[in-house]
Amino acid sequence: MAAVKTTAVAGAGSVAHSSSEAAFARRAHYYMTLMREVEDRIERKLYRQGKIVGGVYVGRGQEAICVGAGLAADPEDVLFPCHRDLALYFIRGIHPRQVFAQYMGRVGGPTGGRDGNMHMGDMKLRIVAIISAMAASVPVACGAAMALKYRGSKNVALCFFGDGATSRGDWHEGLNLAAVQKAPVIYICNNNQYAYSTPLSKQMACEHVADRGPGYGIPAEIVDGNDVFAVNAVTARAIAHARAGNGPYLIECKTFRMTGHAAHDGADYVPKHLWKEWEAKDPIRRLERRMAEEGWANEGEIRAIHAGILREVDEAVEWAEKSPLPDPSTLLDNVYAPPKGA
Amino acid sequence: MPVTYVEAIREGIWEEMERDDSVFVIGEDIGVYGGAFKVTLGMLDHFGERRVIDTPISESAIVGAAIGAGLMGLRPVAEMQFADFISCGFDQIVNFAAKCRYRWGAAVPIVVRAPSGGGIRGGPFHSQNPEAWFVHTPGLKVIEPATAYDAKGLIKAAIRDDDPVVFFEHKALYRRIKEDLPAGDYTVPIGKAKVFREGRHMSIITYGAMVWTALEAAEELEKEGLSVEIIDLRTLLPIDEETVLASVRKTTKVIVLHEDTLTGGIGGELSARIVEKAFESLDGPVIRIAAPDTPVPYSPPLEDAFLPNAAKVIEKARWLAAY
Repeated sequence: MAAVKTTAVAGAGSVAHSSSEAAFARRAHYYMTLMREVEDRIERKLYRQGKIVGGVYVGRGQEAICVGAGLAADPEDVLFPCHRDLALYFIRGIHPRQVFAQYMGRVGGPTGGRDGNMHMGDMKLRIVAIISAMAASVPVACGAAMALKYRGSKNVALCFFGDGATSRGDWHEGLNLAAVQKAPVIYICNNNQYAYSTPLSKQMACEHVADRGPGYGIPAEIVDGNDVFAVNAVTARAIAHARAGNGPYLIECKTFRMTGHAAHDGADYVPKHLWKEWEAKDPIRRLERRMAEEGWANEGEIRAIHAGILREVDEAVEWAEKSPLPDPSTLLDNVYAPPKGA
Repeated sequence: MPVTYVEAIREGIWEEMERDDSVFVIGEDIGVYGGAFKVTLGMLDHFGERRVIDTPISESAIVGAAIGAGLMGLRPVAEMQFADFISCGFDQIVNFAAKCRYRWGAAVPIVVRAPSGGGIRGGPFHSQNPEAWFVHTPGLKVIEPATAYDAKGLIKAAIRDDDPVVFFEHKALYRRIKEDLPAGDYTVPIGKAKVFREGRHMSIITYGAMVWTALEAAEELEKEGLSVEIIDLRTLLPIDEETVLASVRKTTKVIVLHEDTLTGGIGGELSARIVEKAFESLDGPVIRIAAPDTPVPYSPPLEDAFLPNAAKVIEKARWLAAY
């Protein structure tokens, strides 16, 4: 039976050499910062200005997970982001303009106003859009992985979800089927310790999400989800495991949701000391400290990166606000495929 | 050689698997056992484990995995062992599969097969007709054939279709219906009803096993001089309104018949459309005949009382004819 491993040493996997570590750090830093700035703009400004049509769900404080894992994947690997994994879209080439347009219900968003917030996908980019029912993507990712295997591809699927999703039946059915089928799929949990307002202690009686992996015959690892190097390394290992035909892998990233469940939620139920404790573990500040210590980037360079990203964000918001709202005459389009030969 | 309804479905899937490597079957006990109703009998030996996938008892994962494979360009045919268990995969069908194209333009070319219907003494959990749940879900196509010819032609069309299809197979028809089928490849178009029996005085709009109930009633009523037209819907979503309304306008009296329970059943939708769009043609009220609003009972006297049958149709038809 597979055992749960805890990854103690960061950075011992895909980015072994210091020069490539530096390059990885710069890429990771860019995507994590871009995600933070785009989401802060949405949650803390545009939402409050009434410019966002619906709900806002962000991954504040969790950026190292989707970035660390996303950068370990091949462009042909299939991604199933959850609603706190924005950077996966940027890594695959979705522009911040499109994300703002999506939140504003504009034509320029990936769904053209058909759906909101993080419900975005594009099969050409091999990203599958989530639905709001938690863990629904878990069996779907298993099926995508089965299809890759069916076609003889060496690619894998990476499926992201939160701790809350692991209480749903779909999660368990999906993991079990993936294990039985030896489907090449990596299941990545962002354990941010809250499912909306419900703390872990009221969600599950086992200590770790990863504890559930061995029950399905799936190897599982626990990793510091605020350490982008560690997440990247464990994901690379998991991908190698799946590519080699050894079946699925479960990764539990310990982290904290540094905001409410959604923009409307002040999260008063979170004990104040937890905010302080986790603020000190902020994954972006932590990466920046490492970059400074290693001499990969000095303070001035990091400030310049932030300034560049803010300009990118300003420009993207401006673009999105100019993107038209959808024409109501398109309401009935694309419920079904156009008739063949039409 | 005559082919049964169950053999017709098997032939249809088999032929599609032969012509297209992207087609595969997935479900519970469909491999070595050949499926609870033997629809997939022999497929494991012929196509192998890669394309005939036995699963754990996990309807949500079966449908979910089919969706994932469908998004990747495969054409999975997923079997629910009984339509009654489709509720365990409901969210995947109505929220994931049905909405992908509309939300983000992704095709989900899957077929979910669901053996449905009563008359086999299956009781509350092996007899239901849950088609109305899915007819109420934009983005899905819903099919229920009544003949072996249509069963084969429609399962092939469903597999080739680029949208998610829920395919109801009436269990009581599996081995009851036998027909000679044309040699070679053919499909039956999705979304087209057919005039199953021509008539002049009254239309019965129905589908699935009730087509045969309607026929039994029509043959009896013919002896009394009442000429009954039977419309077999074949596809329940999208509904072929044109064929239904044409029949109603011709006969001026109409019965909508289904085995599903009355309230919220498809009969209500059909009645409303007929009244809205062919009111001037009607010479009597639109009559619904359906099972009563109860779970499907087990014991024969109870189930017989529950199911619509020819006697019930004849009684209502006489009343309507005299109206």
